[in-house]
Amino acid sequence: MNKLLAAFTLALVPVLGFANTGPQLQSANIDLKDQASLQNGAKYYTSYCMGCHSLQYMRYNRMAKDLGIDDASLRKYFLVGDAKPGDLMTRAMRVDDAEKWFGVPSPDLTLVTRWRSPDWVYTYLKSYFVDPTRPWGVNNVMFPNVAMPNVLGDLQGQQKAVMSHQAGATPVAQGVAPLTAGTMKPEQFDAMVRDLTNFLTYAGEPMQLERQRLGVWVLIFLGVLFIFAYLLKKEFWKDVH
Amino acid sequence: MSAQETTTTGFMGWIDKRFPATKVWNEHLAQYYAPKNFNFWYYFGSLAILVLVLQIVTGLFLAMSYKPSAAEAYASVEYIMRDVEWGWLIRYLHSTGASAFFVIIYLHMFRALLYGSYRKPRELLWIIGVVIYLVMMATAFMGYLLPWGQMSYWGAQVIVNLFAAVPNIGPDLSTWIRGDYVISDVTLNRFYALHFIIPFVLAALVFIHVVALHAVGSNNPDGIEIKDGPKGNRWSPDAPADGIPFHPYYTVKDLVGTVVFLAIFAAVVFFGPGFFGLFLEAPNFQPANPMVTPLHIAPVWYFTPFYAILRAVPPMYDSQFPGVIAMFASILIMFLLPWLDRSPVKSIRYKGMVTKVALGIFVVSFIALGYLGMMPVSELATVMSQVFTVLYFAFFLLMPIYSSLDKVKPVPERVTA
Repeated sequence: MNKLLAAFTLALVPVLGFANTGPQLQSANIDLKDQASLQNGAKYYTSYCMGCHSLQYMRYNRMAKDLGIDDASLRKYFLVGDAKPGDLMTRAMRVDDAEKWFGVPSPDLTLVTRWRSPDWVYTYLKSYFVDPTRPWGVNNVMFPNVAMPNVLGDLQGQQKAVMSHQAGATPVAQGVAPLTAGTMKPEQFDAMVRDLTNFLTYAGEPMQLERQRLGVWVLIFLGVLFIFAYLLKKEFWKDVH
Repeated sequence: MSAQETTTTGFMGWIDKRFPATKVWNEHLAQYYAPKNFNFWYYFGSLAILVLVLQIVTGLFLAMSYKPSAAEAYASVEYIMRDVEWGWLIRYLHSTGASAFFVIIYLHMFRALLYGSYRKPRELLWIIGVVIYLVMMATAFMGYLLPWGQMSYWGAQVIVNLFAAVPNIGPDLSTWIRGDYVISDVTLNRFYALHFIIPFVLAALVFIHVVALHAVGSNNPDGIEIKDGPKGNRWSPDAPADGIPFHPYYTVKDLVGTVVFLAIFAAVVFFGPGFFGLFLEAPNFQPANPMVTPLHIAPVWYFTPFYAILRAVPPMYDSQFPGVIAMFASILIMFLLPWLDRSPVKSIRYKGMVTKVALGIFVVSFIALGYLGMMPVSELATVMSQVFTVLYFAFFLLMPIYSSLDKVKPVPERVTA
């Protein structure tokens, strides 16, 4: 019977394996304590992304406070149009326009790293390749037939797809390789995408550092309380044992 | 701690003439004699009450900022997470508390399986417990819809559709539950109302559970009735010799257990509230979208064993109904447990090898089904679910046979230390 159980347990392994097929994710190496990176990410986000993608659950002044951006810089570099510091970071583009231009409304990205994972976002932004069959001339390894054009394409340069060739299966894009040079060096571009991902990870859960900081104190408190609770129990139970 | 039931003077005297405060205190705490040999498994009853209170208190505060409407629910949860003072902590306590509640209840039920706590005279105590478990599942299911994420929405869609498999009345029944033809604003509103009120029913059931417990007295790891043993201890000449007053002995002991539990609980809340995507599932960070069905829909981890049983049963005559029956049967069969166990002894300590192996297989099956219930459908997973479903039911249905045939060890007269 035990052998049978062991066999079943082993048989579970391939079931798990099936769930993990697909292109390899690259590590975004997130560091939420790196404020310079977060500030850069916020700047990149407002310049390149926010035209279409809102952060509709995030407030400008909360971001400024958490990222160490002073009021003057916030007003000068981040607030667009008649936005006030206390406003939510909504986008400029209208939903109707997005549907007309791209076929789908551009999603809000406040929680994208919690839904997709930071590594997915990082890899995705680096995985565009030239594909003349698509409306914008590009496609993405992580997101086949993506509706979004390669906004960062000029910075990165163009890439071509590396196709998988499995017998009997239609070839799919498994990775990318450089095609033309961009205005940024590869390591500059990687750093930029990392900053963006870092910022989006912060936006997904702005209280993450605060909860960890608090958690340490809560556990220390409970550790001390345990000592007293245990000694109290021992004292009371002396006459039972 | 005298045997005196009421005081007649002073403030407590004034109260006791009007309300049996001292009497209740004595009967249920200071002069309630519990077996002195409780072990690790006996922490989970009091912890379950703690988590129920935690869920009600945090739920109340969430309700002050949550908006039960399809248009606003998702945004209001993020509002709680970001703009409400300490909202993130309250929400994580509540979401982690839901999973912790099930962890505790599963361990609490396992304790009953280990030591035969469902056996005579505790059949009703067990049955009330299973009712509590059912009500808890209903509460959790309705609560899971409230964040209005993709998995909230589609999980509810799948589960409510199960009722549509009932012959004849099915489609009307599922429409009646939803209040609409699909999960919608109407459904969200009624689930919110029910999710708010049912926990108080739960609290009442817990009260009844404790009343039943204190009437028959606690079981213990030896499965011996201390009330049938010799009388007389340091506190009372009529009390069971192997009993000790619940207060202060078990109150201080449970305090230690509570602190340890809170430390583990806090570690999850503060350092990993998503708990590897099990307590907060990644697809639920996307707002509900009735137009886009996720590729893979699975309920939260505490329902997945039963979901695996549902999927293990193939459709018959073009109907999912047999699977639905199997799923409900897998839960309802627990009601019969007191009468399925024919062993002359209660505790696993004195039961034979066959029973021990059967319990082991049951635990492995339950965990394996829980795992398989999370996985996407595949041929292998289905076959394995079928095997474990058979083993799950075999544990119960063959129990009258193996429990009466199994060799047992002699039970001691008194509880062991």
